[in-house]
Amino acid sequence: MLREAVSSEAGAGAGAFEPVDPYSIILNGTERVVEGSWIGESLLYVLRERMGLPGSKNACEQGECGSCSVMLDGEVVCACCVLAVDAADSEVTTVEGLNASGLVDDIQSCFVEAGAVQCGFCTPGLVVAVHDLLGRRPDAGSLEVREALSGNLCRCTGYGRILEAVRLVQEKREDG
Amino acid sequence: MVSPSVMRRRGSHLGASVLRPDGGPKAKGEFAFSSDMWMDGMLWGRTLRSPYPAALIKGIDVSPALAIPGVRAVISAQDVPGRKTFGLERADQPVFASDVVRYHGEPVAAVAADHPDTARRAAAAIRVDYEPLEPLVVAEAAINAPAIHPDGNVFRHIVIRTGDPTAVGDVVVEGTYEVGMQDQAFMGPESGLAVPSLDGGVDLYVATQWLHADRDQIAESLAMDPRMVRVSLAGVGGAFGGREDVSLQIHACLLALRSGRPVKMVYGRDESFFGHVHRHPAKMWYRHHANRDGELVNVEARIVLDGGAYLSSSNAVISNAVCFAAGPYRLANAKVEGWAARTNNPPCGAMRGFGAVQVCYGHEAQMDKLAAELGMDPVQFRLKNVLRRNDKMITGQVIKGTAPVEEVIRAAVSHPLPVPLDSSAEMMSLPGGAGMTADISDVRRGVGVAVGFKNLAYSEGYDDFTTARIRLDLSPQGEPVATVVIATAEVGQGFVTLASQIVRDLLGVDQVVLAPAGTEDIGSAGSSSASRQTWMSGGAIEHVCMMLRDSLLERAAGELDCPSSDLIMRDGEVSRESTAQRVSMTSLLAAGPLQAEHEFHHAKTQPLGVDGQGDAMLSLMFAAHRAVVDVDPDLGLVRVVQVTTGQDVGKALNPVQVTGQIEGGIAQGIGLAVMEEIVLDEGRVRNPSFTDYLIPTALDVPEVAATLIEEPEPGAPFGAKGVGEPPTISSGPAVAAAIRAATGLDVTRVPVRPQDLALRR
Repeated sequence: MLREAVSSEAGAGAGAFEPVDPYSIILNGTERVVEGSWIGESLLYVLRERMGLPGSKNACEQGECGSCSVMLDGEVVCACCVLAVDAADSEVTTVEGLNASGLVDDIQSCFVEAGAVQCGFCTPGLVVAVHDLLGRRPDAGSLEVREALSGNLCRCTGYGRILEAVRLVQEKREDG
Repeated sequence: MVSPSVMRRRGSHLGASVLRPDGGPKAKGEFAFSSDMWMDGMLWGRTLRSPYPAALIKGIDVSPALAIPGVRAVISAQDVPGRKTFGLERADQPVFASDVVRYHGEPVAAVAADHPDTARRAAAAIRVDYEPLEPLVVAEAAINAPAIHPDGNVFRHIVIRTGDPTAVGDVVVEGTYEVGMQDQAFMGPESGLAVPSLDGGVDLYVATQWLHADRDQIAESLAMDPRMVRVSLAGVGGAFGGREDVSLQIHACLLALRSGRPVKMVYGRDESFFGHVHRHPAKMWYRHHANRDGELVNVEARIVLDGGAYLSSSNAVISNAVCFAAGPYRLANAKVEGWAARTNNPPCGAMRGFGAVQVCYGHEAQMDKLAAELGMDPVQFRLKNVLRRNDKMITGQVIKGTAPVEEVIRAAVSHPLPVPLDSSAEMMSLPGGAGMTADISDVRRGVGVAVGFKNLAYSEGYDDFTTARIRLDLSPQGEPVATVVIATAEVGQGFVTLASQIVRDLLGVDQVVLAPAGTEDIGSAGSSSASRQTWMSGGAIEHVCMMLRDSLLERAAGELDCPSSDLIMRDGEVSRESTAQRVSMTSLLAAGPLQAEHEFHHAKTQPLGVDGQGDAMLSLMFAAHRAVVDVDPDLGLVRVVQVTTGQDVGKALNPVQVTGQIEGGIAQGIGLAVMEEIVLDEGRVRNPSFTDYLIPTALDVPEVAATLIEEPEPGAPFGAKGVGEPPTISSGPAVAAAIRAATGLDVTRVPVRPQDLALRR
């Protein structure tokens, strides 16, 4: 933004954005058509602003903080770093989709119970990341959990209660 | 009024780890943050900011932006109808720079367009003719340099003198210390939605710490009656001081009024680094004197804070820095001099710990130096000199409240140390972490201790208050409901939990509703800062509960035909002990709802007078930290292994929330010690992103063990002190001390960078 402000050709010849042809995303199990979208829009923008799914958050838009974590064809990605058109015909699962699946209820209740939620801005992304981790590595040790969650920044909690929440989920799932 | 302590019989709420009411929606992604708002016909706002830290503006041509299809409004300084400046303490900061730019990232213009990328391109298309100037970037030099602002370059100069400032001790140690510029780095970037209203006013939904201060500054710049500006709290993604000043509030309202459409502004992370104030960088010189037996004799200090281009809250920050410069120790003699200076660096203001953080690095390094010089154990040396109740601070104020300094130190050091380093340690747990760079045979461990303190709420005679109103009514199902109207900003700290805990405990009402926080329907709650909301908003709610309780007793007295002094209220019903008669709240409210409102002020404080003397503080909070670090001296990498703490909390009203504040605050303290710095090059910010400005991850934070010291504070609602700031004050200095212990190096600057360790061996 700042560099552009001093560039003499910035904005020269700028016209209206031309929308790309409509495309589909299999979003939380349902095919959704994206219309009127500009080619440069990130998956995060399309989810939040076009699909009405603001659960994935916008904290860095650079792939550093994990607040926008979603599942793309089963892999956790930062939605801010994926061009929405690249997700055409792919399966995208957001925190809203996980809510409906019931698969993360225990993660969410353990987060609340352990005090892992303060401002809550990082929480949906963390829920997605914990869901992914425990799906792959249900018995992950504490250092492995720390590493797996090190792509999800939290500024409020210092992570102590978050790690405690993950431990609680592991304990409950083992008992359950 | 009956002492509230009489009323606290249930005990099932205050003091219990009640879960936050917004936790579920937040975990599900259903909680609406300020950046999640959306409205039909909404436009996107965008700010154009200066690429220069100092420049003259020769001309601004907005026509290329207006020519872009989809652009609905472009505004600059000439479009501000009212006051062209804003500011928390004094309005010295332009809403838009008009003729002079004083920092890198200063707003020059703003646009609104129907797509955020159109707005971005339109802002970039505005032609600004700058004449760059040599920036003034060194705070010490700024004090006597030609003024870069009509108000001059010295925001505030304070001198504290007490006793005999020329007193000399047997042992003298001296040092200079430096603290870098830290960012609050809250996760939810600045964002808000401004909506023009039919009456010609504007409604703003925004993430902020202080709704009424925002409203008043917006109204001034819009030249509008404050009642026409309605500011409501939108979901706040963390704050830590960074939302106390106005960022996009005035811009968004101007764009909405100009375009006649709702305007949403959401800063990207890069813009967030330019959009709010930072923690003041500090340069400090200290000389301490002590007697051979380990008694402190005198402290001399000079502290220069870089306030950046505009005032923000610099005057209060430098006041804290000098008042707490000696640390929580008895000192009969002191001369402390402080300046907050204006430069062409980014403006600095409030951040968690507010002036007490910077000086803690200085006084604690000096304590360790003195202990070493005296051949004493650093903990024993501190214990010998700690402040206690009825001791005098260097400001002459006698501490009337609790001062469990000894207790917090003993608690911090009594936790078990972590297992010693050994060759089986996992690489990931060593310095360098995932980089797997450490050579275990060369890694060195160090332990350090630090102690800090700070004031709670506002000081120096500021008339600080919070307004609250509660309505007691029956729900459609006939159950009592308490609706709390208060403009307190919930920023993540858990005030919403505490408010419900207080009302449930004092009134025995299970259903407690917090009305949305806004300026329209209630007076100010003050800022969610200075660890003050438990005391101030908690106190206001407590007081209103007691007023309602009196009204309920009066109603019951009428019903039972007895004096209200015969009655007591407990668990949501009124009873008469002598006759065992009882009246439920439901039946008392059948006669109609009850409502009470109160403006709660804390006890008066005094301005600092001659020689910086005066009873300027309401209450003091203390904490001590012990840090254990491992250092890879070849690469200069540090891993913080463990932090233990003792913290003076007065009374823990919600222990899990207190723990969350302690762990989160320690993470920010560690961040400043070893990771976090806004890097400036001749006034230009070099690292405005989370790629280049590093905050601690789950791999960077250590194991934390905390002991809460509960000595109820006299005069404090429920005996509780604030808990948010102390964890951020001495945790970093303890890490710095541990690094010194591990390396033997005289670490004098934070954040400690690899080159400060590796290249100095």
